[in-house]
Amino acid sequence: MNPFTYSRANDAAGAVTAIAAKPKTKFLGGGTNLIDLMKMGVETPAQLVDITRVPLAQVEELPDGKGVRIGALARNSDVAEHPLIQQRYPLLSQALLAGASPQLRNMATVGGNLMQRTRCYYFYDPAFPQCNKRNPGSGCGALKGYNRIHAILGQSDQCIATNPSDMNVALAALEAVVRVQGPKGEREIPIADFHRLPGSAPNVDTNLKEDELITAVDLPAAPFATRSHYLKMRDRASYAFAIVSVAAAIEIDAGKKITAVRIALGGVAHKPWRAQKAEQQLLGKTADEKTFRAAAEAELAAAKGYAHNSFKIELAKRSIVRALTTVAGMTS
Amino acid sequence: MNDEDFQPIDPGELAGIDPTGGLDDLLIFGSPETRRHFLKQVAGTSAALTLGPFVGLAAAEVAEVAGTPGAVSTPTASVQLKINGQAHSLAIDPRTTLLDALREHLQMTGSKKGCDHGQCGACTVLVNGRRINSCLSLAIVHEGDEITTIEGLAKGDELHPVQAAFLEHDGFQCGYCTPGQICSAVACIAEGHTKSDAEIREWMSGNLCRCGAYPNIVAAVKEAQSKTPAKTS
Repeated sequence: MNPFTYSRANDAAGAVTAIAAKPKTKFLGGGTNLIDLMKMGVETPAQLVDITRVPLAQVEELPDGKGVRIGALARNSDVAEHPLIQQRYPLLSQALLAGASPQLRNMATVGGNLMQRTRCYYFYDPAFPQCNKRNPGSGCGALKGYNRIHAILGQSDQCIATNPSDMNVALAALEAVVRVQGPKGEREIPIADFHRLPGSAPNVDTNLKEDELITAVDLPAAPFATRSHYLKMRDRASYAFAIVSVAAAIEIDAGKKITAVRIALGGVAHKPWRAQKAEQQLLGKTADEKTFRAAAEAELAAAKGYAHNSFKIELAKRSIVRALTTVAGMTS
Repeated sequence: MNDEDFQPIDPGELAGIDPTGGLDDLLIFGSPETRRHFLKQVAGTSAALTLGPFVGLAAAEVAEVAGTPGAVSTPTASVQLKINGQAHSLAIDPRTTLLDALREHLQMTGSKKGCDHGQCGACTVLVNGRRINSCLSLAIVHEGDEITTIEGLAKGDELHPVQAAFLEHDGFQCGYCTPGQICSAVACIAEGHTKSDAEIREWMSGNLCRCGAYPNIVAAVKEAQSKTPAKTS
């Protein structure tokens, strides 16, 4: 691990001032990803600003029925077990509990989870010379390497890494809004615009600026509390990253017509993948397996597989059908 | 032998080596690729066969950082840690993880270093009653926290109910993962995540056991749970 100087921020303004003061400064939250990447030599910050004492850990109801605000420093375990989240956004609770281990969820923060970096082997280990994300212009080791866990949607010839988060997939389906604070004040970033596709700059994961601090995540009031489900496909029964995951929520009227639907996919792209093509196909149709399969086919029509991950295309389709069948079968 | 396989060691690369426990990360526990790359370079120079030069260079790098104008903290930071009810004052490099502070600075070697990357749970300790991976947490972050390690569970000669249950049910074979398993189980029971075997398995999944003592670990957690009232909240 490279040497760094350490300081503590007591409030959001202090944190933003500290990160703007010097280059190569990083915020330290739960540390579950950053400290690991520093041990690997992937992240080499000169300064760490400890933000764990900044009072941004509340989960609270927004006024006028506008939804719920989650402080950026709320721990993943606390959010997953919070009554407001369990009752109104069970999808988010399920996604959080599907991720990592109890120990890591006790450490990891909501803001840190948003900023989680890819688990691509070629990114995570600097002994591999090629990685456009770690070292722009060096090439992509995964394209012709071992790419079983890599992207099938939205990738570029520069990078086929995936976003590893479960939480982000649920936030995409729930149309969360990320609140951030920078030297010029606060702004809001819709979750769909928070993470980036790799394009020609895979070294940039998100649209958060380097001098900005995530302060909260707002969940708009959602009608999907009773019919939502997070389905995670992984290599072992627990404590593994998603090969493919689906966050699904649905509203069905008395005549079995779909009146509202949200689908987001994990493990398939550089960002949580909102399945808008599938959603458009489903609206107004009868909720049955044939309809679900057609929607899944439409969403994955543009998918592209590589030497070791082509199986993900069919797996994603079947996972969408299974998740939708599960939510359609729930009683509202 | 092919000369290209043996690059002379680059002092710049040595400077990045962590004197506080990163060495065994690279030499023993790092990923195979990292280890291979590193050993290939070490093998190329006889000067690298002793550990002295590594530490010397790393220290120089640290001193340079200490001289940086406006540095908020110095590379040797004083930290107060409260462990098992006892206060400890430490002068440590800010890079020191809580696990290394316990093992290397306080000689509390009950908490184990398995993977050192948050993937195995051998380093599990309780911070303010909650289980965490001490290998992924900097010690300096934990000033003011109540830290409980495996050494703090028994009351004198009287074992904690979870420790007794692990003995009773043979919840281990080699024992290396056991301190982490026990700390994790104490928290798992306090959280109330022990209503079924399946629930115990899910909520103990952050602790790997390469001997495969899982059925006995589940049995031990079940029995300890029956003797420890769950948190009611």
